[in-house]
Amino acid sequence: MGKRVGMEVAIAAAEAAALCKFDVASVYPITPQSHVAEHLADIVNDGRVDASFITVESEHSALSSAMGASATGARVVTATSSQGLLYMGEVMPITSSMRLPIVMLIANRAISGPINIWNDHSDIMPMRDTGWISFFAENGQEVVDMTIQAFRVGEDRRVMLPVNVNMDGFQLPHMVEPIFFPDQEEVDRFLPEYVPYATLHPDRPVSMGTLGMPEIYAEAQKAKDVAVVNSIKVVKEVWKEWEKLFGRKYEPIQSYRTRDADVALVTMGSMGETAEIAVDALRKQGVKAGLLKIKLWRPFPFAELKKAVKGIRVLAVTDRACSFGGPGGPVCSEIRSALYEESVRPAIVNYLIGLGGRDVQAEDFMEMVRRAAKGKLSEPYEFYGVRG
Amino acid sequence: MWCSGCGIGVMLGAMLRAFEELDYRNADTVVVTGIGCTGKSDDYLLTNALHTTHGRALAYATGIKAFNPKLHVVVLMGDGDSVTIGGNHFIHAARRNIDLTAIVINNFNFGMTGGQASGTTPGGSFTSTTAWGNPERDFDICALAEVAGANYVARETPYHGWELKELIKEALNKKGFSLVEVFSPCPTHFGKNNEMKEPREMLDWFKERGLPVERYRKLSAEEQENHFAIGKLVDRDAPDFNTRYEEIRVRATAQKAG
Ligand SMILES: Cc1ncc(C[n+]2csc(CCOP(=O)(O)OP(=O)(O)O)c2C)c(N)n1
Ligand code: SF4
Ligand SMILES: [Mg+2]
Repeated sequence: MGKRVGMEVAIAAAEAAALCKFDVASVYPITPQSHVAEHLADIVNDGRVDASFITVESEHSALSSAMGASATGARVVTATSSQGLLYMGEVMPITSSMRLPIVMLIANRAISGPINIWNDHSDIMPMRDTGWISFFAENGQEVVDMTIQAFRVGEDRRVMLPVNVNMDGFQLPHMVEPIFFPDQEEVDRFLPEYVPYATLHPDRPVSMGTLGMPEIYAEAQKAKDVAVVNSIKVVKEVWKEWEKLFGRKYEPIQSYRTRDADVALVTMGSMGETAEIAVDALRKQGVKAGLLKIKLWRPFPFAELKKAVKGIRVLAVTDRACSFGGPGGPVCSEIRSALYEESVRPAIVNYLIGLGGRDVQAEDFMEMVRRAAKGKLSEPYEFYGVRG
Repeated sequence: MWCSGCGIGVMLGAMLRAFEELDYRNADTVVVTGIGCTGKSDDYLLTNALHTTHGRALAYATGIKAFNPKLHVVVLMGDGDSVTIGGNHFIHAARRNIDLTAIVINNFNFGMTGGQASGTTPGGSFTSTTAWGNPERDFDICALAEVAGANYVARETPYHGWELKELIKEALNKKGFSLVEVFSPCPTHFGKNNEMKEPREMLDWFKERGLPVERYRKLSAEEQENHFAIGKLVDRDAPDFNTRYEEIRVRATAQKAG
């Protein structure tokens, strides 16, 4: 029944894709994703998976060739970060429109400028509306589990959408963590062979990617929205099954000590673990703190959020990206609008934290909770601990 | 900033000496860089510098030169920047024959990100994404620039520092698109992966294989396979972009006035 190994998380992510027996990996290297690229190449070059690795000339070509391969019926993985993800931006909405269930591993990194190689979420946030399902992992184990789950969810005939697995750059891919790997047979049972809906095949020709006139373009957009919205059922179903098989629980929003919480932090990604430490420390001091960790960013789990905030007086929402001239960070603006219709809802404060790799420690989260307890900041959102 | 034995610093020294000998002023000179070990050269510069994105330096430089033709615009790129992710801009800058000087450090791999295969990694050689040998072929950057329309094309190596400086000077003086390709050691990655771990070994490789172009051209095709040409490969005087643009502008203005 599986094995527990200490492994660099970037390597582990590629190993998880190998357990899914991908047919094609098409990747352009970029810090801090490069070890994922290199290890996928090694897996293919060593013949451990019967697949092709394409040393493409750019991220644009990485996702384009990934789509070409997927359109012929291949199971495809790609990976990127930061500027590379932005460069894929032209292709991403087409991947989801063509309903090609490619899996993308993203080592999240700040976008230029100034150029910065460290972690935040400013790369994935502009890609929010491309019609991809987005998972956010908190640790190495979740990266591995979510990679395998991503293929299963994306390829489900009720879904047929691309999925990205977000891991905080450096914080996750560069760490060596103890990770449970399922056996090949277990993964084979969990992840059936990919049966594409339609493929480019000479015996049964189809056209993909043709022009959508005004009479049909809007319907195509609606169809994609329905698909993304409905995919949450499958995500939850797959996560339930995973829990039954492997004992690790996944929920769109994971609550930590919120049952009687007065103030709850909201995090997405690897900072959840630091925030947990802060919550424990505050509890020891008698502060009723709690934590909500968002694991599913798209489709956004509205119902789960509403349930999770019941009884909480103040939410301290943290964001790792800016929406310049907007209502606050993207996570906060989502949460605020999600709760607008509720007659009883928590007060919401918003902190922009950890931009471009700025360190955030447990004490910072504690301070955020202490100040949020007032229910209001002096600004609509605050660049926490930022000069100027 | 660079590893010991890296060739980028030799190129930078040659370029700065060329600036000095041509009496370039900081205020009139813009060095545009891409992203990579080569791209980081601007950290050392007192001229104007524009550190851009991976692969797009030539597009930025085109904008600079089109608006302000008086500036000396020099573009520093790696092989990844220039002919892998940014190959499209490279051929179009040459086709347009815009008056820029591109200096390309070709170290046969992506140095900065850990030595992965690029568009100039020779077939069969080893990188961190081609552990069993590169199945693909490599670009000849100089040939690419020549067929795309560059006015001036040269190749050198850090082993030949003085010659490199002289070629850069010629390239800077040339109107139109000029390219100086610098075969360069990356002992940390390409060298290490291809049995040339010591910086000296890659330089020796350049010394033994690089032949002055006149000698190189006399070799049979078979003999040429073991060598590469260094020196000035192309020198021509097709009108550059700004000249042609100005001609049309003058003609159009005259016709409208008439
Ligand atoms: C769009 C984009 N993709 C990938 C990267 C990551 N990246 C930074 S430098 C580099 C390769 C550099 O290779 P090269 O241009 O040959 O320069 P060298 O480091 O070898 O001098 C890559 C892939 C990036 N910065 N932007
Ligand atoms: S990695 Fe290679 S190219 Fe980069 S500084 Fe080191 S030797 Fe030079
Ligand atoms: Mg290079």
